[in-house]
Amino acid sequence: MTKTLFSKDSRETWFYGIMGLLVFLLVWQAACIFTDFGRIFPTPGVSLSAFFHAFIEPIGRYTLLGHISISLRRVLIGYTLSSISGIIIGLLMGYSKLAHAIIYPIFSIIRPIPGIAWIPLAILWIGIGEPTIHFIIFMGGFSQMVMNTMDGAQHIDMELVGVAKVLGAKESQIFRKIVLPSSIPYIFTGLQTSLSTSWMAVLAAEMITAREGAGWLIIAGMQTGKIENNVIGMISIGAVGLVLATLLRNSERRLCRWSVRSR
Amino acid sequence: MNREKVLVTDLTKSFGDLLVLDKISFNVAEGEFLVIVGPTGCGKTTFLNSLTKILDIDSGSILLDGVDVDPGKQNLAYILQEYSALPWLNVEQNIAYGLKIKGFNKELVAERVEEAISMVNLEKYRNYYPSELSASMLQRVVIARAFATKPDLLLMDEPYGQLDLNLKYKLEDELLSLWQKTGTTVIFITHNIEEAVYLSDRILVMTNKPTQVKTELINGLPRPRNVASKDFVDLRNQVTDLIKWW
Repeated sequence: MTKTLFSKDSRETWFYGIMGLLVFLLVWQAACIFTDFGRIFPTPGVSLSAFFHAFIEPIGRYTLLGHISISLRRVLIGYTLSSISGIIIGLLMGYSKLAHAIIYPIFSIIRPIPGIAWIPLAILWIGIGEPTIHFIIFMGGFSQMVMNTMDGAQHIDMELVGVAKVLGAKESQIFRKIVLPSSIPYIFTGLQTSLSTSWMAVLAAEMITAREGAGWLIIAGMQTGKIENNVIGMISIGAVGLVLATLLRNSERRLCRWSVRSR
Repeated sequence: MNREKVLVTDLTKSFGDLLVLDKISFNVAEGEFLVIVGPTGCGKTTFLNSLTKILDIDSGSILLDGVDVDPGKQNLAYILQEYSALPWLNVEQNIAYGLKIKGFNKELVAERVEEAISMVNLEKYRNYYPSELSASMLQRVVIARAFATKPDLLLMDEPYGQLDLNLKYKLEDELLSLWQKTGTTVIFITHNIEEAVYLSDRILVMTNKPTQVKTELINGLPRPRNVASKDFVDLRNQVTDLIKWW
């Protein structure tokens, strides 16, 4: 059954979701009042007030919206580049045995290295600045994108390839009309996972090499003892991440209407 | 007898040391409905895959209209036991798929799709995706896709193997009606002897591996066929006896 915003199922989902959030806030509030946690951590009320205040009052050089926009721009640049190259290399490795034989050994070495491990080398190679941050985000999302896309291209239904061949399809047609569409659900899985790792990478990069952005807010909050700035940074990341993930999920629903998974 | 459409001579195929097809020779007349039966695991699917060049053959020749069979140049269609509708295309797009691969122009594609979609009574479901269709509808989509290309040769590999009896009978009748309308040459593989007798003009009986043609039976029963008639039952029993290897 399809869920609409006002269907009973949907109302129940919203109800339980809001209840869960309220319980979380209550536990947080209670922890601040009744335990030592309150001495080092702001209450939900103080945190939310600081969060909304940050939209008007700058923290460092920018308001919260400015910091979010800067991080978002960085993520989108690094993420777009890693997604495009990850999809191309993943398809190549999944479809061509030769490409797999050439690229896979190098990729297997790079794959387990987390994006943030590239920070020292990136600074050494590129210096401190925007390209370094883009590079770290790129490395953070690239492996996930390649792995998922390759998986998709390797798991095509050979019966469908056989049918296409008998109908007279050339290799290029098999690639465009069978391999590519078969891989799309896997590509979306890669895009979702890679989005999360890209956010992790931008935070790490900003903590070390930037003077603005959501990651910088967290590290600046820690350095100045303003824990609410820390919380503001975290809430911003959570909210932006949620919005991006939802947008991606909706795109998948539109593009993969045929896939049971996307319903 | 119509002119010869397919001529298979000494078709041989092995996988490593395992000889699967051993010098198979037969022919098919234009517009003929040839059914191939044989014991389970005798290599029927390998046989069709060799025929369509999905698998490379070791030796022998397969001629279609007098020239070596080549799916890239000749008009073939293949229907499998598994539902081979493309999941990301709706009914209409699935039917158009083969036509687009063959490079037909838009107008002709639209015309053929309409023709095929109405032949299998799926007009109301043209925008549905395979995941939204029943088993029989899925197989109809694939049949429509095959017939839309007006193939020189239609190959069918146990296409109704996964359907229940009622649906199977219904689709068999639909298939016969399409075949009679279009005059397509059909090679149909099945392990269901009743199905073979019901559909065929001629039945090719295969041996166990290494597979050879054991014998062929002309099926002259009048159409539409009555599965309970004495002649039908007699022919069915005759084929059953030929297939027995125990």
